[in-house]
Amino acid sequence: MNHLLEIRDLEVRFALRSGDLTAIDRIGFTLEKGERMGLVGESGAGKSVTGFSILNLISKPGYIAGGSIFFRGKDLAALSPEEMRSVRGNRISMIFQDPMMTLNPVMTIGDQMTESLMAHRKISRASAEALAVEKLQAVHIPSPEARLRQYPHEFSGGMRQRIVIAIALLTDPDLIIADEPTTALDVTIQAEIMDLLLELCTLKDMAMILITHDLGVVSQVTEKIAVMYAGKIVETGSTENIVARPQHPYTQGLIRALPGSREPGSRLYQIPGSMPNLSAIPKGCAFHPRCERAEEVCRREVPELLKRGTFQRLVACHLVGV
Amino acid sequence: MFAFLVRRISQAVFVMLVISLLGFSIRHQIGDPVRDLVGVSVSVAEREALRDELGLNDPFHVQYLRFLKGLLKGDLGQSFFFKKPALDVILAKMPATLELVFCAGVIIVVFSVPLGMYAAIRPKSFFSRLIMGGSIVGVSIPVFLTAILLIYLFSVILGWLPSYGRGELVMVGGWQTGMLTADGWLHLILPSIALSSIMLPLFIRLIRSEMMEVLETEYIRFAHAKGLSKVRVWLVHGFRNTLLPVITVGGVQIGTMIAFTILTETVFQWHGMGFMFLEAVQRADTSLLVAYLMVVGFLFVVVNTLVDILYGIVNPKVRVSGRQ
Repeated sequence: MNHLLEIRDLEVRFALRSGDLTAIDRIGFTLEKGERMGLVGESGAGKSVTGFSILNLISKPGYIAGGSIFFRGKDLAALSPEEMRSVRGNRISMIFQDPMMTLNPVMTIGDQMTESLMAHRKISRASAEALAVEKLQAVHIPSPEARLRQYPHEFSGGMRQRIVIAIALLTDPDLIIADEPTTALDVTIQAEIMDLLLELCTLKDMAMILITHDLGVVSQVTEKIAVMYAGKIVETGSTENIVARPQHPYTQGLIRALPGSREPGSRLYQIPGSMPNLSAIPKGCAFHPRCERAEEVCRREVPELLKRGTFQRLVACHLVGV
Repeated sequence: MFAFLVRRISQAVFVMLVISLLGFSIRHQIGDPVRDLVGVSVSVAEREALRDELGLNDPFHVQYLRFLKGLLKGDLGQSFFFKKPALDVILAKMPATLELVFCAGVIIVVFSVPLGMYAAIRPKSFFSRLIMGGSIVGVSIPVFLTAILLIYLFSVILGWLPSYGRGELVMVGGWQTGMLTADGWLHLILPSIALSSIMLPLFIRLIRSEMMEVLETEYIRFAHAKGLSKVRVWLVHGFRNTLLPVITVGGVQIGTMIAFTILTETVFQWHGMGFMFLEAVQRADTSLLVAYLMVVGFLFVVVNTLVDILYGIVNPKVRVSGRQ
């Protein structure tokens, strides 16, 4: 039990009128101090829901139906709302997808930064501002003192994401959950932001969960990967290992779909079909209707996430030799 | 700010011109002021003489230009009935109306903000459903009916509150106020409730729907993720963003409330501008009517300008574009 974060059999459901939908189906993983993990998959795989459930911030009607989330030895899923609040934005911070929407349009950057500090520490406004300036410097924002008095609309998208990162860093958290932090940004800015995140994580020995659909980004930044499909983890292991030798047909498809793996000018590969709707997850292996290698057993039985084959990782596929 | 004011004032002048033209056009259609002034026993020749004296026989554009000229000097014309400057008549009645609108406004703000926010934060609770149901009823009942029901309940059956008039009044520098005596306050209660009965439910519903939209946004989610207390997220992050559309609509509605006072003041025999307006209609005191339209139009424009300035204070984006 010395992991920074240990998720066990986490199950998240959405209570709808037509009945409960399972968005996260008994997933588990661990994260050590300072470790960076990529949570990869297509839209609707349950990556973001996993991220939000760690902070107990799933939007209604979603709820945690089972399992545990141990963070520094305490089960977050069992904390009182007030105890949970003292973890949020304090020990675990989150970075959202679209920096244009994340900051409150009618409050200055300074107010939005200091209020976060003042919510978690007994600290004067002046020293909170000093800390805010320090963090803005850390994310390379020029003349931070003047910037504190400005409003979000006076910044570009990349700058806003830097500010969001600065807010996330204010309390020197142990873990940062970054939910597609570069998806809404220009390609040139994307690399800057990823470099910045990597730099800050290494500097402060901070752990990070990077939620993304971009295996390319994940392979540059993270040490391990969990690939999600239809609410389940289908393959997990070290980044290097998985990118070089993917075992699950879905992971293989994701890697083949990367533009870099094709000859220039040739058509890009795409995995046939699309992610099943949560209300109609296929029987057996959820991926089998899209799998080129599906066999009879895939239609019948749900494959378990086990150590299969000769590589150091867990795979949920019948076709990978045990 | 200067450019903003110039733009605003020129708009206001245009609006006032349109109002005056409209008011002036209808003034010949409402009735004959001379007949109401002199009764039946006066000869036709004497009537014509009076008409000439009042300038009623001049062509429309001559009368209108004379009116505009007077307007520049702050002269809104003579009331036919009171034989006094129309503006003086209106200003004497204005404190009554403004006090009524002020009290109704306070009721609206004090109740609509917490009720609307509560209904947005806990949309499914029993109390929220009660608020929303009640607000539908409130919107549907016309003001004069609400007023009569209030009088019936609190004055006739319970006998707690006076049913008409302004009660004991005190003169403070030309302002006749009922807000300095206990009796005056008692007389204010029922009319203010009646006047607020339409706008209050509207504001509750407006605040609720805007707040619900704001609570769904990413920045509210981010505020929660920062570990702020729920109360702070709702009040500081949620409510300020809710305010923007509410202020816009609210400004227009305050103006409308001045117009609604006509009904309320009539039911409660409240001697304000609205009551005066109805009397002027009955007496065909057309120059007083036009003056009333001008004054109310002016109040409208002033209130809307104040609202725009307030909007700029709440919304930083507007402030910046104003600076450029």
